[in-house]
Amino acid sequence: MKSLEELEEIRKKTLESVNIRTDRKNTRVVVGMGTCGIAAGARPVLLAFLEEINKRNLNDVIVTQTGCIGVCRLEPIVEVYTPGEEKVTYVKMTPEKVRKIVSDHIVNGQVVKEYTIGAYEEQDK
Amino acid sequence: MRDISLHILDIVQNSIAAQATIVEIEVCEDKIHDTLTISISDNGSGMDRQMIEKILDPFCTTRTTRKVGLGLPLLKAAAERSGGYIHIDSKLGKGTTVKAVFRISHIDRPPLGRLDRTIVSLIVCNPEIEYIYRHITDKGEFVLDTRDIKRKIEGISITQPEVLKFIGEYIEDGIRKIGGGVIS
Repeated sequence: MKSLEELEEIRKKTLESVNIRTDRKNTRVVVGMGTCGIAAGARPVLLAFLEEINKRNLNDVIVTQTGCIGVCRLEPIVEVYTPGEEKVTYVKMTPEKVRKIVSDHIVNGQVVKEYTIGAYEEQDK
Repeated sequence: MRDISLHILDIVQNSIAAQATIVEIEVCEDKIHDTLTISISDNGSGMDRQMIEKILDPFCTTRTTRKVGLGLPLLKAAAERSGGYIHIDSKLGKGTTVKAVFRISHIDRPPLGRLDRTIVSLIVCNPEIEYIYRHITDKGEFVLDTRDIKRKIEGISITQPEVLKFIGEYIEDGIRKIGGGVIS
């Protein structure tokens, strides 16, 4: 049985470990959560980011949301903002794509070109 | 929308857009009266009469209602498809309550879905908003109030992965304990 008392332990542990936080600038992952995004599967994509970031202990990555980005047919859409770099927009997202984006792009700095909006529009022509 | 928990995630987006700071989400499973009622109340900017009337018409998209879009019409359609209805109560400057009633036994009622995942998603994306989630069944009541959580974890963020994980499990556990999570 879960109880709120467990939070005490989590708090203690986190306070002890949080000190390792570096001065690195945050990477921001923004998930489109308009009606279009949610209907297309934004929630599993968002939760996959959380899980992956947690697994890899990426303390400097922030996951947040925005409304409808305006290209509903390509939802779920995710934008990745890395300081000093251009924004990257990934489309038709799935939890599987999330794992690759976290390992290749967020951790290793290599944009996953084939999932970007640019690559998608190119194919579509 | 595949299930009711996704509708809830979607409707709360309206509260967020309306600058709410407190959002109350209530799910009530009443097997005796065969109703499943969800209600989302916020203290956001609210709407005037004119806007309330327009808001349920997906084809009436003036500039002011564009932000709201299809979320409410979709919820309305889902509720009515399963023998229910929706009701919107709003006061300009005070906030809005959206209530949707579904007939539990109706063949077209969507499953309730994963409320734990909806609440965790809402907290991650808008950690500064306070959420009060209340789930009622004939066996009891489960309540989660993010203000209680924040009080307990003073000094660390509610978006810490361990805290989010705890919240998800706590909700899942709480719903199970009261025999809720109707009938997927």
